[in-house]
Amino acid sequence: MLKINNLHASVEDKGILKGINLEVKAGEVHAIMGPNGSGKSTLASVIAGKEEYEVTDGNIIFEGEDIEELAAEERAHKGVFLSFQYPVEIPGVSVTNFIKTAINESRKAKGLGDMPAKDMLKLIREKADLLEMDRKFLSRSLNEGFSGGEKKRNEIFQMAMLEPKLAILDETDSGLDIDALRIVANGVNKLKSKDNAVVVITHYQRLLDYIVPDFVHVLYNGKIVKSGGKELAHELEEKGYDWIKEEVNA
Amino acid sequence: MDLKEKLVSSFLAFENNVDLDTQIHDIRNEAIKTFEEKGFPSKKEEAWKYTSLNRILKEDYSVFPKHENTIDYKDVKKYFIHDIDSYKVIFIDGKYSSYLSETTHDGIDVCLMSAALTKPKYRLVIENYFNKAATKDSLPSLNTAFSQEGAYIHIPKNKLVSKPIQIIHFSTGSEAATLSQPRNLIVVDENSHVQIIERHQSLTDNPVLTNSVTEIFANKRAIVDYYKIQNDNSNASLIDNTFIKQKRESVASVHTFSFGGKLIRNNLNFYQNGERIDSILKGVTIIGEKQHVDHNTLVHHIEPNCESHQDYKGIFGDSSTGVFNGKIIVDKEAQKTNAFQSNNNILVSDKATINSKPQLEIFADDVKCSHGCTIGQLDESAMFYMQSRGIPEKEAKALLMYAFSNNVLSSVKIPEMKQRITKIIANKLGVNIGFDL
Ligand SMILES: Nc1ncnc2c1ncn2[C@@H]1O[C@H](COP(=O)(O)OP(=O)(O)OP(=O)(O)O)[C@@H](O)[C@H]1O
Ligand SMILES: [Mg+2]
Repeated sequence: MLKINNLHASVEDKGILKGINLEVKAGEVHAIMGPNGSGKSTLASVIAGKEEYEVTDGNIIFEGEDIEELAAEERAHKGVFLSFQYPVEIPGVSVTNFIKTAINESRKAKGLGDMPAKDMLKLIREKADLLEMDRKFLSRSLNEGFSGGEKKRNEIFQMAMLEPKLAILDETDSGLDIDALRIVANGVNKLKSKDNAVVVITHYQRLLDYIVPDFVHVLYNGKIVKSGGKELAHELEEKGYDWIKEEVNA
Repeated sequence: MDLKEKLVSSFLAFENNVDLDTQIHDIRNEAIKTFEEKGFPSKKEEAWKYTSLNRILKEDYSVFPKHENTIDYKDVKKYFIHDIDSYKVIFIDGKYSSYLSETTHDGIDVCLMSAALTKPKYRLVIENYFNKAATKDSLPSLNTAFSQEGAYIHIPKNKLVSKPIQIIHFSTGSEAATLSQPRNLIVVDENSHVQIIERHQSLTDNPVLTNSVTEIFANKRAIVDYYKIQNDNSNASLIDNTFIKQKRESVASVHTFSFGGKLIRNNLNFYQNGERIDSILKGVTIIGEKQHVDHNTLVHHIEPNCESHQDYKGIFGDSSTGVFNGKIIVDKEAQKTNAFQSNNNILVSDKATINSKPQLEIFADDVKCSHGCTIGQLDESAMFYMQSRGIPEKEAKALLMYAFSNNVLSSVKIPEMKQRITKIIANKLGVNIGFDL
């Protein structure tokens, strides 16, 4: 589904990603861990198509197609979804209207007409219920004044609405209390199938107890320096990153 | 011969042609003298520092329409808010169009200025109100000198006017260039409520300059909601002079939606003659190309315990220019005044400019006044967020701009009017999305 080859990316001439190789197949769950500032969010943003970052070498193949030239919205239409580490506040645009617009624009890109209002409403309710979101929430301005946990839940609500092929969840667990974590993880698991894939970026094991990864990668200084199975996450939680840094620097 | 000379010299002929009583005659004579003395405003005047009329005054405007023109309703239906029942006072090239209009004398007067100026039964109202709010500045004076036609609205005491009143001035472009000077008088008596929508619409690309004066009197406890739709062709310019005198406990609001036209100058003046008055001034400006929109507002707090609320949003693309000049005067007697002003702008292009200037002249010591002005760009991170969810750049921009304007739109009380504005904005931004925020 996703194949990243020797990806180098920089912002304002500062190299951040320095040769990433990663392959994610349909049906898999990958976890990406790593110290602060190692480039995890940058990798997520580059896959999602943030123009601020310049790809200086390598490529990203999604479903067999090099997506470098595609705008963020075109990648979204192909099924890429990024749950933001820091969801952006958009005053004046309600959650409902935003997601309606997003759904209908995706449909438009596929040559379909707008989703009938009745179906849309039903779908919104269904997904809001899945994430145990208060209905009142839906008429509020997007992310404005939301708590950290509410923002993350709202991200997964949007994911549930858009049903992406590849979901990248950037620190979706931060800000969530244990109940919310369970609800959100449950939401993600409900959407998982053999046809889609999830990349979870996290610092903690606790999310991975719910969303169990097939592979765990450690990103350090712009490179994937170690990969392993789910036990690697436990090891990192116990020992921290110093031993990895030492291995790399040796 | 320049435009000023042409106007001054045609005044005599004009006066000879109209049948007026001496009182109006004197007002007119006085006014043309004032205009002759002052001439058109220039950038040397503080209030016109950022708006030059030069590029629109050089046209050879015809001052009086030579023909009576007609238009088919089906061709202009789109300029009406046609999905509501309303009174209509419609003009074509300055002349009243009876077949497009729907006036009334049933309990209220919604009719013509020309009738009010000449018929004895309106004499008292004219005597009390005509030219009693307009200032002696050069452009209002010019309008006064030539004022002849426009809407005359008189709502007596205790009337809730259930239908909005639409005032539309059409220009057919039958002359190479047209100067039009409509004059509206609106008197709302005690405890009455009226909603008015005003629009100027040119139907061709021939240059049009409109110098309009609207005097509004909101008497005790009256509620006046006034909406201005400014979405004209790119060769049409508008100088809108609106003067609102309020008596105690009245509430008057003016919403100005400026989306099109070559040059628009709004001189919007509120005078609070009484206690517990509320004045509301709101505007959304979305322009591009080389368009220029100037909001020049004045709120004069004269007596204690009154409020004013100003909220203007502007979005400027291409090489467009915007001006916001908001003056608040609080007299010494006007204690406990609450005066708020905010002006927020987004520059969508590097070549667009906005000059925003609050002017507070406060002579009372126990007042709450606040003003704030922001100038920014569209939020890049919000753009990426929206695009990453599948909303294309153009639509994402439009949604952000609409959301930005939404504070002003949300206070529009006529739903069909709000829908129309939303549609105009969507058209203007070239998108086809609902915006039902
Ligand atoms: N837009 C930018 N401009 C300048 N530097 C940037 C930009 N984006 C990221 N960086 C830098 O790139 C590096 C990697 O940042 P990134 O956000 O990808 O790290 P991260 O692994 O997600 O960290 P965290 O765990 O704290 O979320 C950091 O040094 C950061 O300061
Ligand atoms: Mg990060």
